[in-house]
Amino acid sequence: MAMTVRQRARVSRSVQYGLLALAVVLFILFADWASIGKAFFNWDSAVKQFPQIITLALKNTLIYTALSFVVGLSGGLLLALMKLSSVAVWRWIATLYIEFFRGVPALLVFIAFGFGIPTAFGVRFDIYVTVMLALGMVAAAYIAETLRAGLQAVPKGQLEAARSLGMPHWRAMVSIVIPQAFKIVLPPLTNEVILLTKDSSLVYLLGLAASQYELTKFGRDGITQPNAGLTPLVIAGACYLIITVPLGILARRFESRTAKTKG
Amino acid sequence: MAESTSSAAAKQIQAAGVSIKDLRKSYGSNEVLKGIDLEVAPGEVVCLIGPSGSGKSTLLRCVNLLEQPNVGTIHVGGFESTDPDVDIDKMRRKVGMVFQQFNLFPHLSALQNCTIAQTKVLKRSQADAAAVARKNLARVGLDHLADRFPDQLSGGQQQRVAIARALSMDPELMLFDEPTSALDPETVGDVLAVMRNLAKEGMTMLVVTHEMGFAREVADRVVFMDGGVVVEEGAAEQVVSAPTQPRTKEFLRRVLDPTHIDIAD
Repeated sequence: MAMTVRQRARVSRSVQYGLLALAVVLFILFADWASIGKAFFNWDSAVKQFPQIITLALKNTLIYTALSFVVGLSGGLLLALMKLSSVAVWRWIATLYIEFFRGVPALLVFIAFGFGIPTAFGVRFDIYVTVMLALGMVAAAYIAETLRAGLQAVPKGQLEAARSLGMPHWRAMVSIVIPQAFKIVLPPLTNEVILLTKDSSLVYLLGLAASQYELTKFGRDGITQPNAGLTPLVIAGACYLIITVPLGILARRFESRTAKTKG
Repeated sequence: MAESTSSAAAKQIQAAGVSIKDLRKSYGSNEVLKGIDLEVAPGEVVCLIGPSGSGKSTLLRCVNLLEQPNVGTIHVGGFESTDPDVDIDKMRRKVGMVFQQFNLFPHLSALQNCTIAQTKVLKRSQADAAAVARKNLARVGLDHLADRFPDQLSGGQQQRVAIARALSMDPELMLFDEPTSALDPETVGDVLAVMRNLAKEGMTMLVVTHEMGFAREVADRVVFMDGGVVVEEGAAEQVVSAPTQPRTKEFLRRVLDPTHIDIAD
């Protein structure tokens, strides 16, 4: 039988929807809801998480993320400028740094800062400082590459115009080039914050005092309670989404805004 | 600070000349400028014409060191800009530059485009800078659009803001790098009118242009360049209307009569 292209597309779409609907129905009918509920959605266990999961764990996750983002952003900006420097040594150092910290797992960096450096140098950092340095230094490597791309995306004529007005190079960068670069990199930068939020969970490695628990550690602690099931982790996961989903929406909005001003 | 503004406003244009001697510039093995000598007297308007690739834009960009010459000397307003120890930023304050692509700062309003270098470089107060900026925006006929951003302005308006931006630094010399080449034809006239007024006020101007009408009418002298050398220079009327060199004649014939088809080519 001969179908037009449009008819064929419609049939194909209907089949896809049909298959999906079937899968959902089968799952609902045959899943063991009692077990699932016990494992993931235990009401009593869920209630016990509050209010501490918000007032303590979510708050600490936000603090760890914010601290490391500050380090990551300033370090990243410095590295990006080094990478674009006319002095070759700066470029080499920046490249070395970026390749190293992008190449090793953040987990290893945490271990190094949590245990290696205190042993080697006999200094003991406060937990917040450790997180800030470990996570911030990893973030700096990623953010540096993002910012470098942004700085290079600003047309060369902008720097020339600023220099022609008598601005020294650093002033032209600060007042003219960097503000434009930030506008360009806002969407990818927001994504960096999302990654950081999740990576802040690695802090559990360091052995936290109860007041320092963040979402993942709090959730892991929660599941050790009798009859808790995995519900505390589900709640912790939901809390991450409370942070990351709005950030994702924000990133998309920035993206469409830059697309609009370009057109 | 208030008196510096009023004195800046009261002051007549202080014109600086340009003196270029044996200027050479190469990109790798490609020599773009092959020994240029050029004098621009204070208050004089000189137009640089010539085919694309003749080196005229490079010459202009060498004057404020956007390009670094390999050989030769350039004197601009009391500075020897080719001296390795020259304070480039100080020299550039006296030299206004207008680009083909405008290069307005897109994150700043028209007014802020005109104030930012005043406040950051000349250390004028925000109020003084804004007063100077408004005066210069009025000079280019755009004071009513001071709060617009570049993407809300037409090409011709953007270029006039760019001129006002350069003028706000009280330059003694203005460089124009094909200021109307990127414009829609109907906005070219406004930009040329602004430049004509500037010339009348006594500004020293070095203009790379393809607008032969403008060159003939406004320029004191016209310099024709081809292949990295000055082929012919003289009074505007003479070079544009009665060129003596064959290469100048050929170029002008093509520019003034672009529909002419040369079978021999």
